[in-house]
Amino acid sequence: MLLITCPYCGARPEIEFRGGGEAHIARPSDPAAVDDQSWAEYLYYRSNPKGVHAERWLHVHGCGRWFNAVRNTVSDSFEQTYRMGEPRPDATKERR
Amino acid sequence: MASDLSAHSFRLANGGRIDRSRPVRFTFNGRTIDAYAGDTIASALLANGIHLVGRSFKYHRPRGILSHGSDEPNALLDIDRGAGRRDPNNRATVVEALDGLAARSQNHWPSLDFDLGAINDRLAPMFAAGFYYKTFKWPRTFWHRLYEPAIRAMAGLGVAPTESDPDRYTQRNAHCDVLVVGGGPSGLAAALAASESGARVILADEQAELGGTLLHDRISQIDGRAADTWRAETLATIAARPDVIVLPRTTVFGYYNHNHIAMVERVTDHLQAPPAGLPRERLWQVRAKKVILATGAHERPLAFADNDRPGIMLAESVRAYINRYAVAPGRQIVFAGVTGSAYQAAADAKSAGLAVTFVDVRDPTQCGEEVGELRALGVEVLTGHTIIGSVGRKRVAGLIVAPVNGPGDVGAHRTLPCDAIAMSGGWTPAVHLFSQSRGRLQYRDAIDAFVPGASAQSECSAGAANGTYDLAATLDEGWRAGAEAAGTTASRSFAVAPSTRTDSGRARSLPTDRDADRVRAFLDFQNDVTVKDIKLAVREGFQSIEHVKRYTTTGMATDQGKTSNMLALGIVAEALERPVPEVGTTTFRPPFTPVSFGAIVGQARDALFDPIRKAPLHDWAEAQGAVFEPVALWRRARYFPQAGEGMHAAVSRECRAVRSNVGIFDASTLGKIEVVGPDAAEFLNRIYTNAWLKLAPGRCRYGLMLREDGFIFDDGVVARIAEDRFHVTTTTGGAARVLVHMEDYLQTEWSDLKVYLTSTTEQWGVIAVQGPKAREVIEPLVEGIDLSPGMFPHMAVRVGRICSVPTRLFRVSFTGELGYEINVPTGHMRTVWDAIIKQGAPFGITPYGTEAMHALRAERGFIIVGQDTDGTVTPDDAGLGGMVSASKRDFVGKRSLVRPDMLLADRKQLVGLTTADPKLVLDEGAQVVADTKAPIPMKMLGHVTSSYWSDACGHSIALALVSGGRARLGETLHATTPSGFAAVKVVTPVFFDAEGKRVHGGLEHV
Repeated sequence: MLLITCPYCGARPEIEFRGGGEAHIARPSDPAAVDDQSWAEYLYYRSNPKGVHAERWLHVHGCGRWFNAVRNTVSDSFEQTYRMGEPRPDATKERR
Repeated sequence: MASDLSAHSFRLANGGRIDRSRPVRFTFNGRTIDAYAGDTIASALLANGIHLVGRSFKYHRPRGILSHGSDEPNALLDIDRGAGRRDPNNRATVVEALDGLAARSQNHWPSLDFDLGAINDRLAPMFAAGFYYKTFKWPRTFWHRLYEPAIRAMAGLGVAPTESDPDRYTQRNAHCDVLVVGGGPSGLAAALAASESGARVILADEQAELGGTLLHDRISQIDGRAADTWRAETLATIAARPDVIVLPRTTVFGYYNHNHIAMVERVTDHLQAPPAGLPRERLWQVRAKKVILATGAHERPLAFADNDRPGIMLAESVRAYINRYAVAPGRQIVFAGVTGSAYQAAADAKSAGLAVTFVDVRDPTQCGEEVGELRALGVEVLTGHTIIGSVGRKRVAGLIVAPVNGPGDVGAHRTLPCDAIAMSGGWTPAVHLFSQSRGRLQYRDAIDAFVPGASAQSECSAGAANGTYDLAATLDEGWRAGAEAAGTTASRSFAVAPSTRTDSGRARSLPTDRDADRVRAFLDFQNDVTVKDIKLAVREGFQSIEHVKRYTTTGMATDQGKTSNMLALGIVAEALERPVPEVGTTTFRPPFTPVSFGAIVGQARDALFDPIRKAPLHDWAEAQGAVFEPVALWRRARYFPQAGEGMHAAVSRECRAVRSNVGIFDASTLGKIEVVGPDAAEFLNRIYTNAWLKLAPGRCRYGLMLREDGFIFDDGVVARIAEDRFHVTTTTGGAARVLVHMEDYLQTEWSDLKVYLTSTTEQWGVIAVQGPKAREVIEPLVEGIDLSPGMFPHMAVRVGRICSVPTRLFRVSFTGELGYEINVPTGHMRTVWDAIIKQGAPFGITPYGTEAMHALRAERGFIIVGQDTDGTVTPDDAGLGGMVSASKRDFVGKRSLVRPDMLLADRKQLVGLTTADPKLVLDEGAQVVADTKAPIPMKMLGHVTSSYWSDACGHSIALALVSGGRARLGETLHATTPSGFAAVKVVTPVFFDAEGKRVHGGLEHV
């Protein structure tokens, strides 16, 4: 079971959280202006990397807040967790 | 022989850790076995001269006790502790002897001594690797019905218990700075060092006593004290320190992510009369900052023909039985091996007064001074010999050896008579947990074994688990690991005398002059895999060790090949003519040893297995004789049968009451979310498909919610209580996910909106009063709200009191009748409910359940999200295109509704179906087709989503999702039935009161 550090509550076991998929996929500000392909990419296309991945988590059985995390999908180690709205941490730390 | 079978006939006169003042008696296959406290079942059987304890998995060969620990592959027994307390597949080597316990051997018929299944041993040439795959292929249908049941009955381990387990199991979570796994010398040293600085330490060991090899070490002196004295003192020191938990009988079986460790503590199995209230087992989940793996090593057998006879054991185990349990596994023991540790075992056997011979399969030039030392004790030592085979059947009677004069040159056979053989083919560090932690193994040539390499988590291995076998080095390494884990730099060095014999040769398949294709040298004793099987697999083209494992099943039994894997790997490498590290290892998976279902399940059984949410009126409904159904985690009253009524009659009566008079329904399970804030209306405007900005306070609106992909996500009535306050209702099952969905958008996309969301599902109880008489029933009870139609129209909400209780009174209808949904604080619900029932009695008020509610709403064509929709249904598909605001610039899901696929004419659309036979109620889920004569697989047009008997219509009704359904109105299609097809007519999905006048009640449309 993962140990996830909620930016508001600290380190808590994975069962308190719900995963929310890849992070930093912004909803287009004017969806009507977006063509079909771009909209499909927004809805369905994800990077699914082997390695460093920025993803959304919800501390659903805790503070109820959404936040972002950078996790290595190979080792499952969390590089960092950070609040919504903060930029993705420098990706130069990528490993493997 | 008679004397051999008397009580304690193989018990040594002195020594051992058993308590001779506390005799214990249990039975083995009905025979009484005399033992002492401190014995395991295995040591007690051996003390009574019993080696034959089981039949092997495939060939039903007689098998004995191989080891003295949790690595035991053979001695699997069914253990019965009385009334429902029976477990199969217990390793006799770890079960502690207890008065009254009944042990039975497994996998034989009719008896252990005479097993008809042993015919398999004669037919062995048939049962080569892949036998089942190759043989039972045809015909296909036979596998399930004939082959598998027959094979399972024949080749199996124990029989699962049929009674419910009467014991209690608990679970516990813990945190610590340092978790030390294993209480042998390195583990004790590690725990000693770690606890010195005050760190929180947990020390867990699978055995009844901590100490590991020190428990049977009679010669080593540690820092000038006898090994056992050092052990006892160290353990006492550790246990006395604060924040230290020492757990014997506790197996660490799983190493998961981020140092999450699972272990099971056996709490009462060893107690003669367990105190009430203690659980049988306790599952620990530990989150450790640092884990020290001091898990020791497993000894390997030697691969010679017929190396599996009862009486053939591992050398260190023979030493343990002699020194720890004061048991002679035999009186005349032949040791055979390649390790220095086997020489020590032989020396100990000799000094216990047993006749000993030693066969070293290494070339004399590879042997060290241990040969001379053992000879000096008067033991015959043969070096440079190979092992040709063994003699005996239910008990070994001799070992056939021969000198190796050169490559391929095997000399004259000699049979060494014996009643036990102690073999040692090397040592394998127990890297299971390290490997589970996803650490990388590396091959160390000097000890012919894989040892821990690069770590993936915060752990470190020490002692034999790390390939360090010398006792002094083991203690130093353990100490260092413990100190480092606790963050100190203290160092310490242990003085040990005499030094440990750690040399080890490399044993593979032994040279023989017999036909290699005819002899069987066992590698995996539990799964009956031989050297020949491995070689056959390699000849048949299997190259990967993972494939060889699965094809031959080596290492796949409940012992996971603890004793056998490394030897099997060596044989594969030999057959492939590749070095061991190139062949690699198979994956180690949890659990390290089998774990009871009880420990995993813990308290989550019976009523606690799947928690049930009860609506506020559950007890009332139960007292009324309601039949319940599960809805998400809730139990809801489905219908209220009166005496002699079946479901159909009850539901029809309940529906009729609502349509003609008045019904009352507990709708409390509806999800409720209070949406508050200056931007609440704007927020709902973006979340729902329809418009909210202009909804006036005091009004309600039915809302439809989509996911961003355009499919219906949830629905429900929303009431505007005030400018900045909405009372949102969701489906019963959707409450939690709707809140998550709303919070997601609020926190991540529109964080500028000032809105607060609060779940109020449990705070509001909801009483639906529905039917033409609804107003007359509740009017006298309501205070401060004018119920007259002009003042309180359909889809209005008022705040006031009912029966003096605060209420949010909704005038809404899910039945199509004049109706109210009365929200009251949950704690007052019963009072209000009782008052309404009393008030409604003259009107014939009738409680109705979910089944009537469903039928009533289906008559009006109201959908249930999740029943009539399935995550691929758009508003237009559901016939709710009118709910989608054309004027709103954006809302969640809007853009997806104009993707090309969402506009196709053949999308499945919600329609009504009526059956040609009006009495036939279709199955929900029935497939709809156009042409019953079409070839199979025929094209499915859709399926029935809802289907009921309609009392109001006098015929059955159904809703269905049908491809291009709205263009098919009037068409005849066919729905599947259990016996074939039924003709159905496609109709508009509204069956009753098509104009929707009844919600306004009698007064309004006159």
